[in-house]
Amino acid sequence: MSTIAPVAGPVPRFEPAVMRRKLSGTVFYGACLAAIGLLLLALVALLVDVFVRAAPWLDVDFLTGVPSSRPARAGIFPALVGTFEIGVIVGLLTFPIGVAAAIYLAEYASDSRVNRLLQTNISNLAGVPSIIYGILGLALFVRALAFGPTILAAALTLSLLILPVVIIASIEALKAVPQAQREGAYALGATRWQMVSRSILPAAAPGIMTGIILAMARAIGEAAPLILIGAFTFVTFLPNPLEGQYTVLPIQIYGWAQRPQADFQGISAAAIVVILVLMLVLNALALVVRARLSRHIQW
Amino acid sequence: MQQHEADRHADIREPVIELRGVSCYYDTFRAVREVSLSVARRQITALIGPSGCGKSTLIRTMNRMNDLVPTYRTEGSILFEGQDLYAGSVDPVAVRRRIGMVFQKPNPFPKTVYENVAFGARINGYTGSMDELVERSLRRAALWDDVKDKLKQSGMALSGGQQQRLCIARTIAVEPDVILMDEPCSALDPRSTLQIEELMAELKRDYTIVIVTHNMQQAARASDTTIFMTMGDDRAGYVVETGPTIEIFTNPRDRLTEDYVSGRFG
Repeated sequence: MSTIAPVAGPVPRFEPAVMRRKLSGTVFYGACLAAIGLLLLALVALLVDVFVRAAPWLDVDFLTGVPSSRPARAGIFPALVGTFEIGVIVGLLTFPIGVAAAIYLAEYASDSRVNRLLQTNISNLAGVPSIIYGILGLALFVRALAFGPTILAAALTLSLLILPVVIIASIEALKAVPQAQREGAYALGATRWQMVSRSILPAAAPGIMTGIILAMARAIGEAAPLILIGAFTFVTFLPNPLEGQYTVLPIQIYGWAQRPQADFQGISAAAIVVILVLMLVLNALALVVRARLSRHIQW
Repeated sequence: MQQHEADRHADIREPVIELRGVSCYYDTFRAVREVSLSVARRQITALIGPSGCGKSTLIRTMNRMNDLVPTYRTEGSILFEGQDLYAGSVDPVAVRRRIGMVFQKPNPFPKTVYENVAFGARINGYTGSMDELVERSLRRAALWDDVKDKLKQSGMALSGGQQQRLCIARTIAVEPDVILMDEPCSALDPRSTLQIEELMAELKRDYTIVIVTHNMQQAARASDTTIFMTMGDDRAGYVVETGPTIEIFTNPRDRLTEDYVSGRFG
């Protein structure tokens, strides 16, 4: 220290002002809490309103009955069945196609300009408004391929809607697996497919499954594209997936919510509660599946 | 298994792996220059030298792990049991079953201990008793006593030294001829390091071992032959001297070798 040349002029000092510095931290923390509080308040208010309106109408008859022009007799069974059938078909389609596309892009495709462009395009497709997919579904599945306004056409349209999301989520899950895992598999004499299918895919499974379950939850909550491709709001029978009229929960809610009578508002709220519970179950399922599949993973 | 029989009948003095005039390139950058060396059967050959001199590149050439890097290419010839390892007709997948590798940072699979050891055997179509193979491999890796009650637990829940022995167990489960080790102890504590070195002394009865290490004392303790590499002015690695470990460390021929083993650089 003694070899440092003396500074010309007054020696600079520190002015810690610790209390003042800590104050700005406290203020910011308070602002964050206020934001969360506001959000939770709005959410709770919404939920309370819905549950209060729905309470008198929610019973077993509601879940097993069919729609009626008299709210007291109305039920959502056809809508539940429609939602379920669409959900199953969407799952069966998007899982293999989405995961296979992701495996190709993450593990097999070279890092060329074309492939990067492809991935960018898929990311962009994930952000396209759902009603655009409705228009696409109408033109392609309902009219050009002549499937008509059926559950099949609806499921195909919704599959296209969530496919980009599933692909992106799966790619991220695959890329999150450390390179050391691939080297370890190769070093034991694995072929590329063995490495991917037996080492990388199981390790990426939690992320992939979570992505699929959440994407499906989104798909079965969509109303706009289905309105375009011809879902009905008054269906009293159980739909045949390949022909004929059908409805789903979001559309049923939409139909009832449009009626001014307070009773219809009531059963609309009841249907909303049902769909909320469904969403909750799917999200919980995603968490459970993720925890179970990642029990050995520690990186 | 036929290859093991052939191995026993082969002249014990013939090298298992031979490099002749091998240069390693990443695109146009030459990482290793004109290396010629041979790896003796069922001995421990150590590759020492300062960081960045191409030791890892060289050892990964021996089981074609560098094939995974798109910009990589070799010149010169690399022979395994007298056959060109990089001939067009040679499948790298087949090579890697016979020349295994243990990495610097233990990389067990996120599976049970049992499945970690069984992995290599399953992908190579093992038809015998898997339980027996797993136990045998874990015993030979000096890990059986530690994990015999924990076979269904996660391989990643083991300690660092145990994880590395698990990686060794899964490597020997496929019955390789050669085990390449790329600084296997550098991520481990001294006690685990010693355990692995003792393990290596036992393993060399059945396997040929090549170990890259930046720990000179380890090379001096554990190996039979030592190869000293360093980086030239063109940033390419080259072999300065090879010889029996005793001589390299007590009576080296080259000045650079002497400087390195006495700690004057590196």
